[in-house]
Amino acid sequence: MKRIRTAVQIIFTIFTNGYAYGFLRGKIYQGNLKYACVPGLNCYSCPGAVGSCPLGALQALLNRRGFQVPFAMLGFFFLFGSLFGRFICGWLCPFGLVQDLLHKIPLSRKRKRLPFHHILKYGKYVVLICLVGAGSLFLFGGFAKVPAFCKYLCPSGTLFGALPLLASNEALRDQAGGLFSWKLGILIVLLILSVKVYRPFCQYLCPLGAIYGWFNRFSLVQVHWEKERCISCGACQRACPVDLAPEEISRSAECIRCGKCAAACPEGCLHFSKKPGPNPDTKPDLKPEKRT
Amino acid sequence: MNVMNQWNQKGGSRQHGSRGWLFGLLVGAAFLCIGGIRGELAVIWQKAVMICMECIGIG
Repeated sequence: MKRIRTAVQIIFTIFTNGYAYGFLRGKIYQGNLKYACVPGLNCYSCPGAVGSCPLGALQALLNRRGFQVPFAMLGFFFLFGSLFGRFICGWLCPFGLVQDLLHKIPLSRKRKRLPFHHILKYGKYVVLICLVGAGSLFLFGGFAKVPAFCKYLCPSGTLFGALPLLASNEALRDQAGGLFSWKLGILIVLLILSVKVYRPFCQYLCPLGAIYGWFNRFSLVQVHWEKERCISCGACQRACPVDLAPEEISRSAECIRCGKCAAACPEGCLHFSKKPGPNPDTKPDLKPEKRT
Repeated sequence: MNVMNQWNQKGGSRQHGSRGWLFGLLVGAAFLCIGGIRGELAVIWQKAVMICMECIGIG
């Protein structure tokens, strides 16, 4: 499962960033595929990107004059969220892949969460409301509204957009200043933190994860937990990179559907399914059942 | 948050769980069509085919 997921992540990242000419010339793809968005966080200013970034697109619609409901992006989020939920984060997001790979580096003792996780996990909702929402509606740079999340926070834009473009385009390199340094600093902190903590950006800051997380409770792709067969051994929670208990896995907004719980369960009572899991308010028996 | 808990306790999420995704899919398709008709996809394309200076930390 682990290898399959990594392979899918790599193939999807190459597939959605396959415009090799852009990397060579320091330019971006300008074809019709950019009418559509890719599901994960993938900067459309990446020289290889063949689709649009869903958060960039949402902000572009919010940046229009006055306030108009961004129907196209609401539709996109409902469409992909209802089908996949945060499966997209776990399997199809290029920046998630980068963090996953960094977390495999055996440099320090690994942590699943940061201290004060129970508070910090709401950071992604704050970013969604303040930067993507209010920021894009009310923050002006000159006379034009600015995509505040892209401008001040997005590490994907710095990694996949800025660095390759600045490396191959001298005119852009000359213009890089304080803002670029700020964004580069954020990227470096997040990348270093990823070596120790599992996906810090996804867990605490990603507004796309906040959106898809809401769909986890009813999305088509579910991790189904068979409570009756569970022997409460805790193997799934130990394997879970975001430390979720089996009763939380199905509907939690934090579950990225990585499938590690399913692979770790000795009884096979966790598996990908279309069927939703049991109500998260029902707790399993703490005592393990006697096995004959 | 309390409202969501009450909703879950009443079995709301269980009832919607099996068909909720289909409802979401239809809503999504409808919204996407409305957005397309209003020319929003063109707005997205216009933004996506230019190098976004804000995204790369220059603008």
